[in-house]
Amino acid sequence: MTLDEILEAADAEVLVELPFTVDFESACASDLMSDVLLFTKPNMLLVTGLTNPQAIRTADMAEAPAVMFVRGKYPPAETLSLAEEMGIGVLLCRYTMFEAAGLLYAAGLKGLGQLPIIRQ
Amino acid sequence: MKRQFALLGSMGRGGALTKIHELVREMPVSRVMTASVFTLPPDATMQQLKELLREHRISGLPVVEDQALVGIVSIEDLIHALEVQRLDAPIREFMTSSNLVTAHAQESVMEALRRFEKTGIGRMPVLNARHELVGMVTRGDITLALLDALQELYTEAEAYQARPQRFFDALESESTSLQLRYRVEKGDFARGGDASAKIKRALLQIGASPQLARRVAIATYEAEVNLIIHTHNGGMILADIQPNEITIVAQDSGPGIADVGLARQPGWSTATPEVREMGFGAGMGLTNIERCTDKLSIWSAVGVGTRVLMTFSVSPQEIGEQDAG
Repeated sequence: MTLDEILEAADAEVLVELPFTVDFESACASDLMSDVLLFTKPNMLLVTGLTNPQAIRTADMAEAPAVMFVRGKYPPAETLSLAEEMGIGVLLCRYTMFEAAGLLYAAGLKGLGQLPIIRQ
Repeated sequence: MKRQFALLGSMGRGGALTKIHELVREMPVSRVMTASVFTLPPDATMQQLKELLREHRISGLPVVEDQALVGIVSIEDLIHALEVQRLDAPIREFMTSSNLVTAHAQESVMEALRRFEKTGIGRMPVLNARHELVGMVTRGDITLALLDALQELYTEAEAYQARPQRFFDALESESTSLQLRYRVEKGDFARGGDASAKIKRALLQIGASPQLARRVAIATYEAEVNLIIHTHNGGMILADIQPNEITIVAQDSGPGIADVGLARQPGWSTATPEVREMGFGAGMGLTNIERCTDKLSIWSAVGVGTRVLMTFSVSPQEIGEQDAG
């Protein structure tokens, strides 16, 4: 899915441009960065309400080309400057995580399907 | 110049032309456009337009009302107004407002170039997904951006040639190893991940495959975050990189883990709500580390400290795998 399709589906705006055009294959919506790292896939959009710089670090480690912040949480300046430095795109969406994920899924972005059970 | 073309030729099967083609196809208009553009509302006068054009030596500008593009007005429209002596008239009477040719911030420069070609115009306003004006793009902008990108590629290609094609190829000794050390401060979330990112870059630089670099980086990142969250005084990350094995040690001087077996269980955590708010402390860190490492050993004593030893075997598939084309 193109960035434009994502922006349109979730009515999102771009805060930090992506350095290159990306064809997003999947998305992962979570506020738990370890979960994101566990489920990382190439060309994945990270959808999160966590706006501190760790979201960008996690995207960098997971090789997610862009992060979408939900429920209108405008990220602090250090998050935006880290994203620019690392070449990670930043999007802002005013829907809640649940709604943003639903809109993206309905527009055709894939998830990870069913995962193995981890007993705690 | 000749040397540069030789380098370009070595970058891919098709050489320079393939690279230019790729750039044109991949580079979004947003990357080449001028983002800060002068605009005027449609109610501004042609006199105001004249002053703005003269002051900034520009030949035209977009007309914007409520953030929406409503027209384009150029020096030709100004001449027209001068001819009929109507400098006091609002811009809306002279601007072009129908069949406006625009570019989209996220489309590729290839599509923008095609539109320039088809319409013969010299500049296009750039709109975002909400149809708001975000910049202007000219053919010259595209040419300059492509030249810049090519320059970057030359530099990269030069660095690439200087770089080992396979993991550790450039270094020869009876026992080669690269050691990296990083201090991690307690509570320093702002710089958390810095050591891991540096180790990842170092691995890529010496020729490790992206997959190997990624699993080392993810495991190290989790260990680094643990040092930030759980220690009294932070700790150290030591990386020992050898041709067939990478060892990362994360160690600290307390508080120590009472029951390592329990700590390794998925979902088990002692993290505070503050840490959880930072997106960590859900008890999945060690699970993640286990998944990424080939061998994991954790030694800990309460009141003494903890030492997490992560070993990554470098398989033949993981060395020098990046495309050497």
